[in-house]
Amino acid sequence: MMDAAIANFKNFTPKNLPTVEPLAQGHRACQGCAEVLALRMALKAIGNNVIVASATGCMEIITSPYPQTAWKVPWIHVAFENAAAVASGIEAARKALMRKGKIPKQRTTIVAMAGDGGTADIGLQALSGALERGHDFVYICLDNEAYMNTGIQRSSATPFGAMTTTSPPGKLSMGQATWKKNVPAIAAAHNIPYVATGSPAYYTDLMNKAKKASLIKGPAYLHLYSPCPTGWRLAPERAVEISRLAVQTNIFPLYEVINGQYIMSRKIKKPKPVEEYLKLQGRFRHLDKKTIRQIQQRVDKEYEALLQKAALSEGTEESTDQADK
Amino acid sequence: MPERVGIEVSLAASEAACSADADVIAAYPITPQTHIVEHLSELVADGKLDAEFVPVESEHSAMSVCIGSSAAGARTFTATSAQGLALMHELLFIAPALRTPIVMTVANRALSGPINIWNDHSDIMAERDVAWIQTFAENGQEVFDLIIHAFRVAEDPEVLLPMMVNLDGFTLSHVIEPIEMLSAAEVRKYLKPFKPQMVLDPKKPITMGPVGMPEVYTEARQQIESVLLNSKRVVVEAWKEFEKLYGRRYRPVETFRTRGAEVILLTMGSVSETAMTAVDALREKGIRVGLMRFRLWRPFPLAEFKRAVKGAKVLAVLDRAISYGSQGGPVFTEVRSALFGEADPPQVFGFVAGLGGRDITVEMFNEMVTKATRYAKKKKGPLYEMIGLRER
Repeated sequence: MMDAAIANFKNFTPKNLPTVEPLAQGHRACQGCAEVLALRMALKAIGNNVIVASATGCMEIITSPYPQTAWKVPWIHVAFENAAAVASGIEAARKALMRKGKIPKQRTTIVAMAGDGGTADIGLQALSGALERGHDFVYICLDNEAYMNTGIQRSSATPFGAMTTTSPPGKLSMGQATWKKNVPAIAAAHNIPYVATGSPAYYTDLMNKAKKASLIKGPAYLHLYSPCPTGWRLAPERAVEISRLAVQTNIFPLYEVINGQYIMSRKIKKPKPVEEYLKLQGRFRHLDKKTIRQIQQRVDKEYEALLQKAALSEGTEESTDQADK
Repeated sequence: MPERVGIEVSLAASEAACSADADVIAAYPITPQTHIVEHLSELVADGKLDAEFVPVESEHSAMSVCIGSSAAGARTFTATSAQGLALMHELLFIAPALRTPIVMTVANRALSGPINIWNDHSDIMAERDVAWIQTFAENGQEVFDLIIHAFRVAEDPEVLLPMMVNLDGFTLSHVIEPIEMLSAAEVRKYLKPFKPQMVLDPKKPITMGPVGMPEVYTEARQQIESVLLNSKRVVVEAWKEFEKLYGRRYRPVETFRTRGAEVILLTMGSVSETAMTAVDALREKGIRVGLMRFRLWRPFPLAEFKRAVKGAKVLAVLDRAISYGSQGGPVFTEVRSALFGEADPPQVFGFVAGLGGRDITVEMFNEMVTKATRYAKKKKGPLYEMIGLRER
């Protein structure tokens, strides 16, 4: 079922990519940072009519060392765990001020952004509150699968087996001992109108989703895969390649949940073995065959469950995105 | 002038935010602040106040919503108490740094543990250093007036700092008092529409809350301190203007029968009314005692305080909170430090009483006066003393 706000939305293609750059170049991200890449793509799609509330994290520190700023759009950082609440306040303020005739009536996209720690861990409560209250805003989780800004500590979004500075492999440990928290599912459980996953390797897909998220009235949640070469012990030039592999191995499937209907953005007919994805990254170097098999089984099971959700959804439409073909 | 009506003080606090035409209210319920937010949500539900009421999932989010709302240019109000205020702690420092003129009422209550929902000042005294302007109300009329005053001061372009209005939980928040409530039209004469200096607006993008490296952090913090100290002038001016319009006079430090007083009691909040009764009775007996209270607590009204105690021999300070491991209650240590190096200062003795809802009686004030006088004669007393502490 298509939401009315996006019924007439014309997809971005490589021929009509937006030229706006709400986030300027010259920020201080590491080489090969695909988190700032994912963020840039999302913001390009959303455009300049936006107000951004950022959590503490890599994206906050690399874009705002006073007196410099990489932000060409209004941006506010308050604390770590409250980006969704700050965005709620901005949205409520504009709603009241417009109604009372104190500011011109114009819909502006309110974006809250945070990393996986700021979303899945410390910011989960504020996120849930904002989604439940139904504010008209877009929440972007930039998932680089650990607390990178503080030096690669594990979060609840760190994948099973990954080495971080607080999930070190050792005699008694195979690295991260828990499975990645499924935050898009948690977001979808709030019955919000739009949830989607996106990857910088599939840039038109990511941008289309960001645009749709901003067009739909009400809360929208975007979960963007954000490779961190520094924290993943990955060659900086392979960040986009690893993003593509994550999708091709079904480790990070691309889908949308529109008004509760799961829609696969692309179905992977012949998924690559997870080992191809794992072996490129130093954070998985210590994994033995048995653990890799365990990860493969889990990925297969989760992907199957996702396909079933999509099959159950009526009127399933496949994305028209062509970029990958 | 409007008529006085009998109303619960909490409801009067909500009516003040309503007359001030707040645009956004974000609050989380906590005893004894609940009646304030309940009534605000009623006022919004009945269309009497055109505001967004954001029913947040925690006080941390309440303050976060308030900061976002104020940064987006809305007149913003909230209320909390005790654990709720403590949960906001992190953000209380950030609101002044972002120069967001939020107004918050704090229904003062004891902090856990043990958990206790009743009145004292341990919640607010733990937030002395957060760069909010802080006033304390003695009665219901003052609660109403101080909230209106707070919006005017906080939103003054020379100030742009958040402001807390403190009222004692239950002992003030839940009593019914005759209060003259100013209508929105009357308040408009005093309170101009909020004109934010910096606002999140796509037409004029700004970056708020950037990283402050060691090269700029000290200066950024110093600026907040300097704005807070300079705000006292605006606080006082705004009270003078209030008196001109509405006839009620407020000052940073209030005194009662201090002329010729040898002993001065120092209090804050609604217990001052009990203290006045005690002072009257002691004066009847020929004991030269007076009372002073802080209405303005931050910025600390140093000059007014010194003027108020001038000539007194003894200052007996009541604290409604313990400053664990320190040298006495927070008010005591602060005023004693304020007097250090003064020529012929009064001897200062500290008393802690009325924690977690324990009553403070006229007899307790008598005891403080008697003890302070005795210690002063001997020029020696305990650093501070708890009044009404049971032996077993």
